[in-house]
Amino acid sequence: MKKGIFKNPLRRWFWLFLGPVTAAFAIGFVWPFIQGIYLSFCKFKLIRNATFIGFGNYLSALKDASFMHSFWYTALFALTSLVFINVLGFAAAYALTQGIRGSNLYRTVFFMPNLIGGIVLGYIWSMIFDGVLSRYGTSILMETKYGFWGLIILMCWQQIGYMMIIYIAGLQAVPEDMLEAARIDGATKSQTLFKVTIPNVMPSITICTFLSLTNGFKLFDQNLALTGGQPFIIQPDGSSIKTTEMLALNIYNTFYNSNSASKGVAQAKAVLFFILVAGIGLAQLAYTRKREVQQ
Amino acid sequence: MNKQGTLAAERRRKTIMSVVLAVICIIYVLPVLSVVINSFKVNTYVKTDTFAMPTGEMWAGFANFIKGMTFGNYPFWSSVKYSVLITVASTALILLFTSMAAWYIARVNSFFCKVIYYLCVFSMVVPFQMVMFTLSKTADQLHLNTPWTIPIVYLGFGAGLAIFMFVGFVKSIPLEIEEAASIDGCGPVRTYFSVVLPMLKPTMISVGILEIMWVWNDFLLPYLVLDINEYRTIPIHIQYLKGSYGTVDLGATMALILLSIIPVIVFYLICQKHIIKGVAAGAVKG
Repeated sequence: MKKGIFKNPLRRWFWLFLGPVTAAFAIGFVWPFIQGIYLSFCKFKLIRNATFIGFGNYLSALKDASFMHSFWYTALFALTSLVFINVLGFAAAYALTQGIRGSNLYRTVFFMPNLIGGIVLGYIWSMIFDGVLSRYGTSILMETKYGFWGLIILMCWQQIGYMMIIYIAGLQAVPEDMLEAARIDGATKSQTLFKVTIPNVMPSITICTFLSLTNGFKLFDQNLALTGGQPFIIQPDGSSIKTTEMLALNIYNTFYNSNSASKGVAQAKAVLFFILVAGIGLAQLAYTRKREVQQ
Repeated sequence: MNKQGTLAAERRRKTIMSVVLAVICIIYVLPVLSVVINSFKVNTYVKTDTFAMPTGEMWAGFANFIKGMTFGNYPFWSSVKYSVLITVASTALILLFTSMAAWYIARVNSFFCKVIYYLCVFSMVVPFQMVMFTLSKTADQLHLNTPWTIPIVYLGFGAGLAIFMFVGFVKSIPLEIEEAASIDGCGPVRTYFSVVLPMLKPTMISVGILEIMWVWNDFLLPYLVLDINEYRTIPIHIQYLKGSYGTVDLGATMALILLSIIPVIVFYLICQKHIIKGVAAGAVKG
């Protein structure tokens, strides 16, 4: 009843308050998403002459060796970068919450690379890696393992500071009296870290783990700018596999290569990619919900 | 005695850690430093003497910067102009309209509001590759392919996170304040602009920072939506320099990269506190 006084006048302003966002959201997300799902079941060169072909595109996508290669490569990359970024990010956060002089300066510096865009990052690091590797007569574009570890180093440089910020917030929320109780009971530094501190920052660890996992899977700009998928190997059947090409770049290349008949396959790959990324997102949601209930 | 011993050990440990961190810090700024030294280096030496100081015959002065201005058959300042225009307009549009929508969603909470809200949350887990082809075609058809109209595309694709963050905040504001305003004769529009909007300021700053960082650094969306021959943003421009294979002028590229990261670093040093807070608040996005 009380609410009603206020609610009804606002409803009349629907077109002003909700209208613009609804319209833009329909153009920028809802319609492209629905059309994307539909087109993944079609063969098309232009959207207006699309013909429905069922699951054919999905079968072609799963049979595509370059797509499967990019999937395993991306998964390996995402897991490796997850471990490095989180261990180092946590270590940095732990060190910076010990009351060392200059902590603020260090925090500022560690976070800074996070503001530089992916394309620019890729070119900065490709210059650095080539500067080192050219002394040995090679280049980052010559070997898959250079491209892989190069991208890991790049992502560590960019992301450690970001994860560090989330871990610092978590570490500062650990109850002081718990740490003091551990100290009084004679726990060593490492015992306190593993038995008191880490269990208390589990929520931050969960957030950061999922964040770095999705970041790893969705990576595009850095991948494009650092190696662009090079080097490639030629398959017996004449098709080529770009060995450092990740999922997002593989989808992009399938859409915009010269073979315009592959657009339907590319859209099917994009749907599979969406299901994968959304699945990780939902797993995160389910996991955090479960933890909240337990606590 | 024993206690003093542990205190001294503690102090020693802190000194060691401080030194270690200082060394890591220096390593951390080396990539940026290498951009600076190579932007003043003659192109042929960038690849062979990447880590040498640009002295003697390697010194190029400001030649790389001058060359970079027109390098890649596109004036660099145009891409700066378009980057600024798109970032400012998109952020302003997103802040204004999503905060209004979020207030409406949180207060009216009708069935339609819930649908929009959950669609927004859903859109946060959808990767751009899923919609990139159809979105760029839709934007083309609706003539949203210029720097002046692309903010509408950003408003649509970027609404999810902003709505999510604003709705969360509006729900924590007590309804009584707005009711008092409405009893005093304020209509919804005035209530929003003179009562709700000022209270939203902290979330505005967080969302604004996140959107600025996203739009400014975004490459693929403007690359696919804009007419590339006429309009380029800074990331597109830099990608194009390297894209023309064979004769890559690394010196000039580094000069442009330096020019493009200086404003970012200055912006960061000025609003550091807000940026770190905003980024931490945005960590909810999966």
